[in-house]
Amino acid sequence: MTTAMAPGREAPVTVTGTGLQVRGLVKQYGTFTAVDGIDLDVPEGSFFALLGPSGCGKTTTLRMVAGLEDPTAGAIYIDGDDVSRRRAYQRPVNTVFQNYALFPHLSIFENVAFGLRRRRQQNIKKSVMEMLELVELAHLAERKPTQLSGGQQQRVAVVRALVNKPQVLLLDEPLGALDLKLRRQMQLELKKIQTEVGITFIHVTHDQEEAMTMADTIAVMNAGHVEQLGQPAQLYENPVSVFVANFLGQSNLLRGTISGRDGDWVTAATSAGTIRIPAARCSANGADCLVGVRPEKIQVEEIGTAAATVPSGHNSVTGRVSDASFIGVSTQYQVTVAGGQELTVFSQNTGTALVRPGTDVVLHWDALHTFALDGSQDVRSGMDDPEAQ
Amino acid sequence: MSIAAALPAGGHHAPSAGPAPSSRSKFTPYFLLLPAGLALIVFYVLPTLTLATTSLQTGSLEQGYTLTWHWPTYGEVLSQYWPQFARSFGYAAGATILALLIAYPLAYTIAFKAGRFRTLMLTLVVAPFFTSFLIRTLAWRQILADEGPVVSFMKATGLMHLTDALGMTQGRVLATGLAVVIGLAYNFLPFMTLPLYNSLEKIDRGLLKASEDLYANSWTTFWKVTWPLSLPGVVGGTLLTFIPAAGDYVNQQFLGTISNTMTGNAIDSLFLQQRQYPQAAALSLVLMVAIIVLVSVYVKRAGTEELV
Repeated sequence: MTTAMAPGREAPVTVTGTGLQVRGLVKQYGTFTAVDGIDLDVPEGSFFALLGPSGCGKTTTLRMVAGLEDPTAGAIYIDGDDVSRRRAYQRPVNTVFQNYALFPHLSIFENVAFGLRRRRQQNIKKSVMEMLELVELAHLAERKPTQLSGGQQQRVAVVRALVNKPQVLLLDEPLGALDLKLRRQMQLELKKIQTEVGITFIHVTHDQEEAMTMADTIAVMNAGHVEQLGQPAQLYENPVSVFVANFLGQSNLLRGTISGRDGDWVTAATSAGTIRIPAARCSANGADCLVGVRPEKIQVEEIGTAAATVPSGHNSVTGRVSDASFIGVSTQYQVTVAGGQELTVFSQNTGTALVRPGTDVVLHWDALHTFALDGSQDVRSGMDDPEAQ
Repeated sequence: MSIAAALPAGGHHAPSAGPAPSSRSKFTPYFLLLPAGLALIVFYVLPTLTLATTSLQTGSLEQGYTLTWHWPTYGEVLSQYWPQFARSFGYAAGATILALLIAYPLAYTIAFKAGRFRTLMLTLVVAPFFTSFLIRTLAWRQILADEGPVVSFMKATGLMHLTDALGMTQGRVLATGLAVVIGLAYNFLPFMTLPLYNSLEKIDRGLLKASEDLYANSWTTFWKVTWPLSLPGVVGGTLLTFIPAAGDYVNQQFLGTISNTMTGNAIDSLFLQQRQYPQAAALSLVLMVAIIVLVSVYVKRAGTEELV
């Protein structure tokens, strides 16, 4: 449905179809490029998350879709119409702001009615009260925003946007100001509301867990561009960049070289041995690669025990446990493998005895869970962001 | 003494003494109010009482004045000086509106658009205070003079016909009511601008974005969000302009004529030239009460207590 087009606003290609399409979106502040040529396709009615560390350009992208920032270049299509030159009040989108931005001089009712009044809608009272009932705040309609708790203000901010029945609802870190418990509760509530109203939601967040819980599709952003776009499980299981592998959860990455290709499989030589990777999960461009596996996929067995036999179809490496910390639900091991690289292993607490530091072990995991990334990237990319915790 | 004050209440050595307020700390606020309270009594309450008793005296400069509770003085001054009262409030209202019309765009620009020039512009707003009030008011005589630039411009554009027809000018600007209003507006402009700037500057920019996001164009956003949120500044600025303007007489003295005097001029003349102290005192009190009543009604109607 969507016609591909080159970045740049002069491209005469139109995009047909529903939902939101973003093509070649660029935003520069002086010499700094905040958003560097982004393409997005958000199907109608989906819950879409823009995920990334602070300063990655996700909020700027959202504000450009809202019309609150002017793009330097690029186009934004909503249901096939290019809205990128329209003013914010002319676009069929509404925003839930990070600090809610409720009008302090208006009652809750008038806050929610604000957009309807501007568009001279009929039955304002009925629409507003219906929306307030949806979030169980109808009894507070005559209060002022400052008389409400943070969670209540947040819900007012959501319905103030939703009551206008926008084609796209934009949420700019709407849960950032809430405490953890309330945040979890609001995540479920937002997801429920989205399912009920069926409006396209675009949710900006730096919280990977929040994005994975709520979104159908996630675009992971870093330094002004989209690193990877896909469903949460797909991004987690098959990251295509070091940034994504580290930003979403934790990854073990071993430096290696592609040593052979055989149909659906690729083999890579690492200091710890040869490892097999499904060809579909190998995104290395050249010979240098980073072989990756998630810590919870790995089994730890003491060398010499009966269980130490590696099942067929598994990759295995040997090493020595350098650290073991018992967390309760699982045990986290640090294992130094041949060549000096360290692997992290999360071992489920299934009753097996703790492996002590200094023990020689064999690590093995299903080869299907292995992925390979291009070796030219920084291994620590996406790791040190304090907000990503 | 200071050590005793620092000790907890009744606590010689009570180890479990909680944060019980000592009788001393209970009186602390009153002690802190003492300097201001004394100043208020000496410089405000006592003079007002003196003024009130003076207004009820009879006598003459030669024979001296005695308190005779002569209330008819109030009726006399009201019947004799009501045109001055009307002009005081009319000119003050005109000056307040004019100052608001000039100050609001100015304060808005400084608060929202000035960027790095903000401090410079704020300094320029108060810069006139570096020159004497009298000098600045006298300067307006030059500006508004019959052969001056303002009159030439108004005559050239035909604006003078309009203002003449409205009774604001009489073929000239100096010595008319318009000149007094201009002088008042000019002199009290900083008192209008600063409260306006203060409340505009405090408005969360996110609210303006939210309004735009909710289908309001810039015009609607201004009237539905910016203006209501700036009302505390509007009320503060208009009060700070109206109250002193209603009691002012210097602008009238320099820019008006004998035929359009204000209450302040009448008080000045009664007190310093005619030496009719009871009449002067009565007129002052009437002006004061009138301003208080007007301001109370205005503040109540503006409903500032509902504003955030």
